[in-house]
Amino acid sequence: MTYLDHAATTPMLPEAVAAMTEQLARVGNASSLHASGREARRTAEQSRERLAAALGARPSEVLFTGGGTESDNLAVKGMFWARRDADPRRTRVVVSPAEHHAVLDSVEWLVEHDGAEVTWLDVDPTGAVRPGALAEALGDGTDVAVASVMWANNEIGAVSDLAALAAVAHEVGVPLHTDAVQAVGQVPVDVAASGVDALTMTGHKLGGPMGAGVLVLRRDAECTPLLHGGGQERDVRSGTLDVAAIVGLAVATTASVASRVERAARVAALRDRLVAGVVERVPDVQLNGPPLDAVVAGGPGRLPGNAHLSFPGAEGDALLMLLDANGVECSTGSACSAGVARPSHVLLAAGADPDRARSSLRFSLGHTSTAADVDAVLDVIGPVVERARRAGLGRRSA
Amino acid sequence: MRVIAAMSGGVDSAVAAALAVEAGHDVTGVHLALSQQRQRQRLRSGSRGCCSVEDADDARRVAAELGIPFYVWDMADRFAEDVVDDFVAEYAAGRTPNPCLRCNEKIKFAAVLDRAQALGFDAVVTGHHARLAGGELRRSVDTAKDQSYVLGVLTAGQLAGAVFPLGSMTKERVREIAAERGYAVATKPDSHDICFIPDGDTRGFLDRRLGAAPGPVVDAATGAVVGEHTGTHGFTIGQRKGLGIAVGDQRPRYVLGIEPVSRTVTVGTADLAGVDEVRTGAPTWTGPAPSLPFGAVVQLRAHGAGVPCTVTGDDDGGLVLVLHEVQRGVAPGQSAVLYEPDAERGDKVLGQAAVARAARRTPVA
Repeated sequence: MTYLDHAATTPMLPEAVAAMTEQLARVGNASSLHASGREARRTAEQSRERLAAALGARPSEVLFTGGGTESDNLAVKGMFWARRDADPRRTRVVVSPAEHHAVLDSVEWLVEHDGAEVTWLDVDPTGAVRPGALAEALGDGTDVAVASVMWANNEIGAVSDLAALAAVAHEVGVPLHTDAVQAVGQVPVDVAASGVDALTMTGHKLGGPMGAGVLVLRRDAECTPLLHGGGQERDVRSGTLDVAAIVGLAVATTASVASRVERAARVAALRDRLVAGVVERVPDVQLNGPPLDAVVAGGPGRLPGNAHLSFPGAEGDALLMLLDANGVECSTGSACSAGVARPSHVLLAAGADPDRARSSLRFSLGHTSTAADVDAVLDVIGPVVERARRAGLGRRSA
Repeated sequence: MRVIAAMSGGVDSAVAAALAVEAGHDVTGVHLALSQQRQRQRLRSGSRGCCSVEDADDARRVAAELGIPFYVWDMADRFAEDVVDDFVAEYAAGRTPNPCLRCNEKIKFAAVLDRAQALGFDAVVTGHHARLAGGELRRSVDTAKDQSYVLGVLTAGQLAGAVFPLGSMTKERVREIAAERGYAVATKPDSHDICFIPDGDTRGFLDRRLGAAPGPVVDAATGAVVGEHTGTHGFTIGQRKGLGIAVGDQRPRYVLGIEPVSRTVTVGTADLAGVDEVRTGAPTWTGPAPSLPFGAVVQLRAHGAGVPCTVTGDDDGGLVLVLHEVQRGVAPGQSAVLYEPDAERGDKVLGQAAVARAARRTPVA
């Protein structure tokens, strides 16, 4: 099996599995007052400190959540509510159309149910948001509740300069949230240095468990809770802490951030060979997103493991199916809840035509990827594309 | 063979896929997303048009138990154009379409089969109740569940790429097989409705698509206007109920004619409703075209009984079916499927043609 879908989820790191399974055998609610409770609390707080250190945040800024989707919902909705309650003129949300659906659908919900207005940011052709676009969309900022721009795009790998974007937002007094689910462990992420007010990350994209995430929320950021109950996480998030998952999350994040430079270089080299090999076999293939060697704010401008390619005349879901049959696992971007592959909204937002979006595939490499994985793709990609093209784009005229 | 099993999420296609796997084929499950209904609106990211998520999940569940790959193919645009729009246009023209037949003709054994073959598959397996062997399409052994009528439009080329594993068993047996394998869909109710009209309100669906177009209901015998209607699309030839008319006598009236241009619906008594000559458009054949004239049994609507007839041709490439028994409710737009009776192996489907019009050639007794 050739697993090249690390952006969907990546195998857990052995040390995270070990730490987590050890914890699973223990009893203790981190909110309990007895010895077992205190021990669970100690473990959770140690993990919070380790995460804070890995992310460039203070421990008190680290809120444990159930994952990236919850963190995005909490940041977008919670900051909108809190800021609008403080000043009813703040009804506007400024957001990139290339965001993950966890952000897009939260914004849509606010528009449909809570009187929000949305201003869509211009996305450059690589999928990134430029500071000038944010400045223009914010205006004088008086009517803006919150802005959200992802650190690195999950589909086409574009990295935005969050420090520059945060500076622009703060000039007009608007808090900035960033979905950094794909960025942490892949590109340099430092919350304090970037100045962002809120940051979403999750465990299972970097070798930790599913169902465990973080919202880094600056201490001065206003945020109304989504979940009400025990108020465990700074009264912004309720729910008994999942100490085992938190331990796995912290171990994986620490390891992933610590090994980032070496791993990113190795993975990027594999990715570059993959892209070059595909170009050799399918000369008219198109690379989507930033150039492979793009640089943003002195770091990588593209996620090191991301190769997003369009194969003109072939349909992404046919390519996926044929590669799957050959033991190569990749992704077409998004699928609806029934499982229908949809044209990537990210590519459309970046200005691609629908045919290019429909003919695209994402290969995402990660910490377990090897040269043999790249070879496995290159062995079959030529005939697979040829066959998918025979099936055409499913059009009557084709 | 490498085959695509079209899996709707129902019990029939689940068992058909299972039997294909057990027969040793290399099977890939595919659920067709046919509905364009927007699950919810997107602001910028484009609508996620979705099929019934539950049906897709049921199909996926069975595929997982079978250990076969499973994908959802989006055929919603093709389906909307070739089946739903055609359905509406046929009603607008005063005819009575059969969307299941159209779906088999244009989607399952055209768009899907073409795509499957291009992707390297040999055939499409479905859960239709019909027998197919040696290129010959025959009625299911379960005559009550037989679906050969809605497959009668398939050509020899299409049938060569079709596999129907269920034709030699009863529906009851199909459910038993599903239950033996522990499939949750074993007890899933049969679908009777038109799949794109899930509430079953065809009239309401057509009203929304076509709008109100009121007109008179006229009695054929007297020429008198006996009622008003809100659209000819609410009627089908032979219809007796829901006519909304007031006539002096108590004799039932049947719809005899639908004239969409003048928006006139003509009704008449039973003696006027019978026909014994059916004229059709150009036929399709499941094999080599038979030489005319020939004798056959014709089925004039889904779930209708077979009627012996003599088949000849007209000057325009259509067929003339002389029925040996007078029939009511022969509606233009319906398919006249021709069978060669065979009690032992199952009646063999010869071909079909769409009913253009029907008339009475023998005097009313």
